[in-house]
Amino acid sequence: MDLQHLTEAPSDAERSAIDALLGPAEAGEHGPTPSVARARRTFLLPALLALQNRVGWISRGGLGYVCRRLGVPPAEAWGVATFYALLALGERPAAFAHVCDDIACAARGAEELCGALEQRFGPCASSAHRAEPHAQRTSSSAAWARSPCLGLCDQAPAALVTVAGTTPVEQAFGGATLARVESALEGRRVAAASFALESMGPRRLLARATAKEAVTLDGYRKLGGYRALERAFELGPEGVRKEVGASKLVGRGGAAFPTGRKWDAVARHVGKQRHVVCNADESEPGTFKDRVLLEQDPFAVIESMTIAGFATGATRGWIYLRGEYPLAAERLSNAIASARAAGWLGARIAGRDVAFDIELRRGAGAYICGEETALLASIEGFRGEPRTKPPFPVDVGLFGQPTVINNVETLVAVLDVVRDGASSYASVGTPGSPGTKLFCLSGRVARPGVYEVPFGTPLSALIERAGGVPGGKPITGVLLVVVAGSFVSPKQLDLPLSFEGARAAGTTLGSGVVFVMDDSIELLPLLRRIAAFFRDESCGQCVPCRVGTVRQEELLARLARGAARGGLETEQHLLAELGQAMRDASICGLGQTASSAIESAFVQLDPLGGKRS
Amino acid sequence: MSDAQRTIELEIDGRKTQVPEGATLLQACQALSIDVPTFCWAANLTPVNVCRICVVELEGARTLVPACSRKAEAGMVVKTESERVKLSRKLVLELLGSSVDMSLAPEFRSLATKYDAHPERFGPRAPRAPSGERESAHAGHHHVDDGAHAANVAQPMKVDNDLFVRDYEKCMLCYKCVEACGTDAQNTFAIAIAGRGFDARIATELETPLPDSACVFCGNCVGVCPTGALMFKAESDLRDTGAWDESKQKVTDTICPYCGVGCQLSMRVQDNKIVRVTSPADHSVTAGHLCIKGRFGWSFVEGGKPK
Ligand SMILES: Cc1cc2nc3c(=O)[nH]c(=O)nc-3n(C[C@H](O)[C@H](O)[C@H](O)COP(=O)(O)O)c2cc1C
Ligand code: SF4
Ligand code: SF4
Ligand code: SF4
Ligand code: FES
Ligand code: FES
Repeated sequence: MDLQHLTEAPSDAERSAIDALLGPAEAGEHGPTPSVARARRTFLLPALLALQNRVGWISRGGLGYVCRRLGVPPAEAWGVATFYALLALGERPAAFAHVCDDIACAARGAEELCGALEQRFGPCASSAHRAEPHAQRTSSSAAWARSPCLGLCDQAPAALVTVAGTTPVEQAFGGATLARVESALEGRRVAAASFALESMGPRRLLARATAKEAVTLDGYRKLGGYRALERAFELGPEGVRKEVGASKLVGRGGAAFPTGRKWDAVARHVGKQRHVVCNADESEPGTFKDRVLLEQDPFAVIESMTIAGFATGATRGWIYLRGEYPLAAERLSNAIASARAAGWLGARIAGRDVAFDIELRRGAGAYICGEETALLASIEGFRGEPRTKPPFPVDVGLFGQPTVINNVETLVAVLDVVRDGASSYASVGTPGSPGTKLFCLSGRVARPGVYEVPFGTPLSALIERAGGVPGGKPITGVLLVVVAGSFVSPKQLDLPLSFEGARAAGTTLGSGVVFVMDDSIELLPLLRRIAAFFRDESCGQCVPCRVGTVRQEELLARLARGAARGGLETEQHLLAELGQAMRDASICGLGQTASSAIESAFVQLDPLGGKRS
Repeated sequence: MSDAQRTIELEIDGRKTQVPEGATLLQACQALSIDVPTFCWAANLTPVNVCRICVVELEGARTLVPACSRKAEAGMVVKTESERVKLSRKLVLELLGSSVDMSLAPEFRSLATKYDAHPERFGPRAPRAPSGERESAHAGHHHVDDGAHAANVAQPMKVDNDLFVRDYEKCMLCYKCVEACGTDAQNTFAIAIAGRGFDARIATELETPLPDSACVFCGNCVGVCPTGALMFKAESDLRDTGAWDESKQKVTDTICPYCGVGCQLSMRVQDNKIVRVTSPADHSVTAGHLCIKGRFGWSFVEGGKPK
């Protein structure tokens, strides 16, 4: 295979950024041999991010150099680069702000902030780019663009500011104002905003995170860190899997699949290279629990992944972290390095014949990469397009090899199960849903934040714990889960938060979003923002989702203008048929659930406010 | 295949059938002469299962499954024309028909009639995008509009060489051209999917014109394109002027004289001009794929200089 490459030279800055990642270029004109190229493809996204962080965009010369070093066809690299929202394909200022205008931030002044930024720096770069194809906008010192949820809904409104350079600065922060964004764009540190972190029952998942001392290995050890791994060594791989199975722990990433069964399936592939992947791509609007765990308790994720590796026979671990979480990235890479230095990762963990190590990979702005097969494709250096299952990742996963994929919260829960045993784990919760779960409270609550709740707690008690609606206004609805989501009407607030309770009410707990609304939140604009999110985040592969999400958004835009085509009933029929086809015929969960929250709003609430047009 | 190969029994539309292990539901349906429509599937390409027109209902599955790529399993019970299947197919046709120019996709119209699809339900088409607009869309961003028009992929035709044109307003994103240019046939990798969501598109690197890209003009992408988005320049020119006339055309099968491989060619001729060259997808030598000479090297036959 002789690839035709781009011949333009990279700038010195671009070359050094890539060489720092890949090592100095080897001699030879034609790039690596095909087999070496195959093994290197996994460095494509890290290399593109290295260019982005160094010079602020992906230039022709930079892209060409990456392709030559990795043996990737330029057209395919272009296909990958244009897939991710955080990568710029046209020149733009080194200082750039991504400003969240998603549901929780919209309820707390995001539009005003966007207006102020427009005054100061001109229109949103990404839409301006669209209006003026190939426009080069380098005149201003900084630029900005709107962003979907940044996982800081508890501190809304939020922004992510990046300043490219030899020592790039990345800051994600809440309580965003024009002044704070400007300050960050100038490279100055911006103080963190405050948020709640509370447990309503026993403190388990948040035990170390609330102590705020677990970010160093010493602190983590003092708080009981690595006792679970020691217990795992006593139990042996099979014993660990038995305990995890007996705990009835199910995945906290949204699909609620039994963790023990997943681990058993991978353990069966004796003799094959196996992987453990931590899904830290948390990007569903209204979700930020994983971020808090990753930032405040990074070693817990590392310890749990090591247990998963030990229990399933996997020796390679990967953390796929969403690109918008710079603090978590810093804490995780420090934690990995110190765990390795102390012998908690590597060829002989704790002096035993157990090998496991972890590589941290960062996303680049694509919600779909949280879907497990898309995530694997992204690590492998391809576009984050999901594939049909079967085969499932437990059989055919990363690089075609058996792979455990677990959510951050699932992994942290495993520590309690292994250390204290399944029966102790079940001492709180319900028989169907033992243990505790994290919920992300945002929107119109007095104290937004992450709350740990024993399963079975009524939704109303959780909202009360978070201080209820400020000013004691009545709740007009609660959005429980955005993806696959559903609205809970004010009459259903006694809903018990357990898997069986949610199922009985015709909903799911998903990843734990609780977005509280009062009459200051208008329903139709909220639904339009959700529809826009699905349209923007669809990978574009399959027809029902690629076009269906567009049609759904257009339909809501008509309803918002009071311009239903052919009458309201016709539109509702169209919405229902669209929803059915997306649910039935889409490849992955994104398309399959893209209409759920919207359809639910029409059933549970009254988005048209009694209007009939 | 060894004779030890196992067979699998399953039920389709109430009929029991046996297929070899590894067969797809589509193959099982074909064996029973049950019609399942396909767009993105082709015998000579790896299934990508993206168009979703072939979905069928599998008992016990939460969603419908794509017949073209789902492997048959023992005991499966499948329905190919249930109400759910019909609704999904209807919507797939409407979504395609409202966003893509499907006028040259052979079965589109008859399928639209069969499944009662009305793409116009989504409103009048939005005007054609100016040149370069779709190519410069940024992932995760779109113009929020008022829903008066149905967004579509209408855009100017790309004419950057003498051999074939790329009229991407007819592109349904079936991935076939990318597969043909990549590991399924050509191994040139000149084109790929770029962008995301509704802005996903077929592109060369940085949207470079084909002559400056890695393209070797084998035309295998043209050969597999199901919608006429990729088309011989000769055919496109005739269609542009309204002179394309199938009643005046003749298809002649021959063996390519250029080299000794023995590729079979089907040459379509109108008014003494070769307007399209293909090779049968089931031909043992070509599997439907050719090289630049067999595909395009015929101007000398028409009295011109070879290109
Ligand atoms: C569109 C989409 C996005 C997803 N995003 C995430 C995510 O950000 N984090 C996550 O843990 N799981 C996400 N999932 C679920 C994963 O596919 C997978 O089920 C999960 O990571 C498995 O881990 P668990 O069993 O521990 O929950 C997503 C699924 C879909 C369909
Ligand atoms: S459902 Fe949407 S996100 Fe999922 S594969 Fe299809 S187009 Fe991509
Ligand atoms: S003509 Fe051949 S090389 Fe060029 S894009 Fe088509 S398949 Fe690829
Ligand atoms: S150009 Fe043709 S072959 Fe390529 S994706 Fe579009 S419709 Fe399919
Ligand atoms: S950070 Fe803005 S909605 Fe989540
Ligand atoms: S033919 Fe099966 S999905 Fe396209």
